[in-house]
Amino acid sequence: MIQKEAERIFETRELNVNMGPQHPATHGVLRLVLDIDGETIVKVTPYVGYLHRGIEKLGENLSYFQALPLTDRMDYVSAMSNNIGYCVAVEKLFGIDPPMRAKFIRTIVGEMSRIANHLLWLATHALDIGAMTVFLYCFREREWILDLFEMICGARLTVTYPRVGGVRNDVPQAFLDSLWKFTEEFPSRILEYETLIDQNRIWLQRTVGIGVISAEEAVNWGMTGPTLRGSGVPYDVRKHMPYDAYDQVEFDVPIGTAGDTYDRYRCRMLEMRQSNSIIRQCIEKLPPGPVMADDPKFVLPPKDKMLPITQPTDMAYFIIEKACKGCGMCLRACPAKAISGEKKKAHKIDQSQCLQCSTCFTTCKFKALTVVPGGKGLSDEKLAELAVAPDKLPDDIKEAQQNLTRQFDFIKKGPKVPEGEIYVATEVPKGELGFYFVSDGSGKPYRMRVRAPSFVHAGCLPRLCVGHLVADVIAAIGTIDIVLGECDR
Amino acid sequence: MAVTQVRLTFAPSGLAPLAIAEKIREAFPDQVVEVVEFRDQVSVIVKKGQIVAILRYLHDDPFLSFDHLQDLTAVDYAKKKDVRFEVVYSLYSIKYRHRIRIRAQVPENDPKIDSVVPIWAGANWHERECYDMFGITFTGHPDLRRILMPEDWEGYPLRKDYPLKGPDFEHDWPGFTDMVKRSRELREFEWEG
Repeated sequence: MIQKEAERIFETRELNVNMGPQHPATHGVLRLVLDIDGETIVKVTPYVGYLHRGIEKLGENLSYFQALPLTDRMDYVSAMSNNIGYCVAVEKLFGIDPPMRAKFIRTIVGEMSRIANHLLWLATHALDIGAMTVFLYCFREREWILDLFEMICGARLTVTYPRVGGVRNDVPQAFLDSLWKFTEEFPSRILEYETLIDQNRIWLQRTVGIGVISAEEAVNWGMTGPTLRGSGVPYDVRKHMPYDAYDQVEFDVPIGTAGDTYDRYRCRMLEMRQSNSIIRQCIEKLPPGPVMADDPKFVLPPKDKMLPITQPTDMAYFIIEKACKGCGMCLRACPAKAISGEKKKAHKIDQSQCLQCSTCFTTCKFKALTVVPGGKGLSDEKLAELAVAPDKLPDDIKEAQQNLTRQFDFIKKGPKVPEGEIYVATEVPKGELGFYFVSDGSGKPYRMRVRAPSFVHAGCLPRLCVGHLVADVIAAIGTIDIVLGECDR
Repeated sequence: MAVTQVRLTFAPSGLAPLAIAEKIREAFPDQVVEVVEFRDQVSVIVKKGQIVAILRYLHDDPFLSFDHLQDLTAVDYAKKKDVRFEVVYSLYSIKYRHRIRIRAQVPENDPKIDSVVPIWAGANWHERECYDMFGITFTGHPDLRRILMPEDWEGYPLRKDYPLKGPDFEHDWPGFTDMVKRSRELREFEWEG
C-alpha cells in the first residue's frame, strides 16, 4: 500500500544518457546512447563513423604500393602491425616471398608494436578505471619503443617501415643492441605494473565479473585476439595461419577461463611477456642477407640503384644534336625549365640550371638524350666529345634507367597482378586484421576490404554492457581495446 | 580468474578446401554455381535463395563446424559480370582449422539477401556496413541502419558508379552546411550579455 503510494508520488522512468563523441574514456570519437534505469544499463546503442575516411574506396583508386601509408592511419596505436598485415596480404596475392631476414625483422617490429599497443591499452584502461600511476609507468616504456622505431625508420607513430616484399631498409646494429637491452629490462617493468594493480582491491572490484562473455558466445560474436582468448578460446592467427617468422619461434598463447575483464587483462599481461621472448629469439636467430625480395615483376627497385641516385654529384645530361628531332617533349617535361630550343631544331640543356632529375632522359623517344658520368661542370663542347648514344651506355647506368622506369610504372599504374581474390588474416594486437583483395588483373585492387578487429569489437559493446552499472561501461570499452581510427577506417 | 598458457601447435588444417566445396555441392546441388580456386583459397559461388540454409549447414554440421565468421562483405562487379553484386562470407573453423569462402550472387534489380545474424551475432555490424556502402538490404536484420555514413546520406559510396570525390562536389552535405550556419549564428550572440 505504501509502496504503491510512493510509486504514485515518485514517478520513475528510464533515462537517456549521451556518452561521447567527445569523452576522455571512449578512446577516440565513439558515441554511446545509454538507456539507464537508475544506474543499471538497459540498452546501449553505439554510433560510429565519425572518423570514416573511406580508406577502402581510396585503396581501390591507388596502386598496391600507394595504399600502404593509408594503413598506418587505421590503427595508429600499432601502425607497424597494420603495415605488416597489408604487406603479407599483398605478397600472398602477388605470389612473392620476402627474404628470411626481412621476415625476422618484421616479426621483431610486429611484436614491439604489440608491446607498445598493450602498454597504451593498460595505461588508458587503468586511467579510466582510476589508477593514475600505471599510466605514467607504461608511457615510460612505450616511449622507449617509439624511440627504437625512430632509430630504424625515422618515424614514431606512422611508420610505413614494412614494404611489399620485405622492409624499407636493414636495421642498424645499434638498434639491435638497444632492443636487446630493452628485452632484458622489460620483464621487471611488467612486474612493476602488476605490483600496482594485480592484487589491488579497487582494481579487482572494477574488473572481476565485469563484462563476462562465454567462449561460444564470444566466437559467435566474432571476437578475436586477447578479447576472445580471455574467454578461453585458443585462437591465435600466429599459430593457426603462421606468417612471417612465427613458425620459427617458440611461444605460448595465454588463455583465460572466466571471460571477464580481469582475465582479459591477465591475458594481455602474459602476452607482453611472450612478445618479449619472441623478440629475443628473433634477435638471436636473425639471419644475414637482403631485406627486400628481388622480383622485377612485382617489387619496387632498390632506391640506391635508380638513375638520379647512382652518381648524383658528377652526372650531366646532354642532348645529342644529330639525334634530336626537336619534338619538344623534354622541353615541356623539364621541371627546372633548363631546356631551350625551337620546334624541329635541336634542343639544348642549360647545365647551370639542370637539376639532374632525369625526367628528360625518360621522356625522350628518339634516344637523343644521354648521360655523361663525371660530366658535371664541363663545357658543352667537351660534353659533346664525351657523349655516347644512350643504347651504348655502360650496363650499370642502363640498369639504373630501367629501374627508374619501373619505379614510375609501378607507382603510377601498378604491376600486372594475376586475377583472383584473396583473404589474408594477421594477428595484430587488437585481434584478427584481415585484408580481402579482389584483383581484376590491373595494378590497382578492384576491391579492397579491411576486416578491422575494432569494428567487430565495438559491435559487441551492447552485449558486454547490458545489466552492469554506468561506470562499468568505461571498463567494457577499455577491455575490448578499440581504436576508432581502425573501427571507422 | 585463472589464466593458463597453452602451447598451441602448428597443426595442419582440417579438411581440404576443395573437399568442403564438394560437400556443399552434394548437400545443395542446385544452389552451387561455380567453385573457384586461387592461391589455395577456394570460393564457392552460390545463388542467394537458400543462403541461410547453406550457412546454417556449414555452421552446424559436426564435421565442418564453421563457428568463426571472419568477414562479411560485398563486391560490386558493375559491368564486369552478369550479376552485379556478390556478398562474400569468409568462414573459418577454430576447432578443425579449415576455411572456405562463400560468395552469394545478388542481382542489381533485387538487391536483397537474407540476414545471417541468427547464425552469427557478429554479422550484425558487417551487414549494416554492407547496406551502408552498397545498398544491399538484408531481410530479417534486427536493426538495419546506416553505420559509417550519416543517417541522411544519399547514395552508396563503395558502388563502382559512385565517384571518388563524392556525387556533388559543388554542394556540401546538408549536415555540414547546417552546422556552419548555426556556428555563424552563435558567433553573433553576445555571450557577455
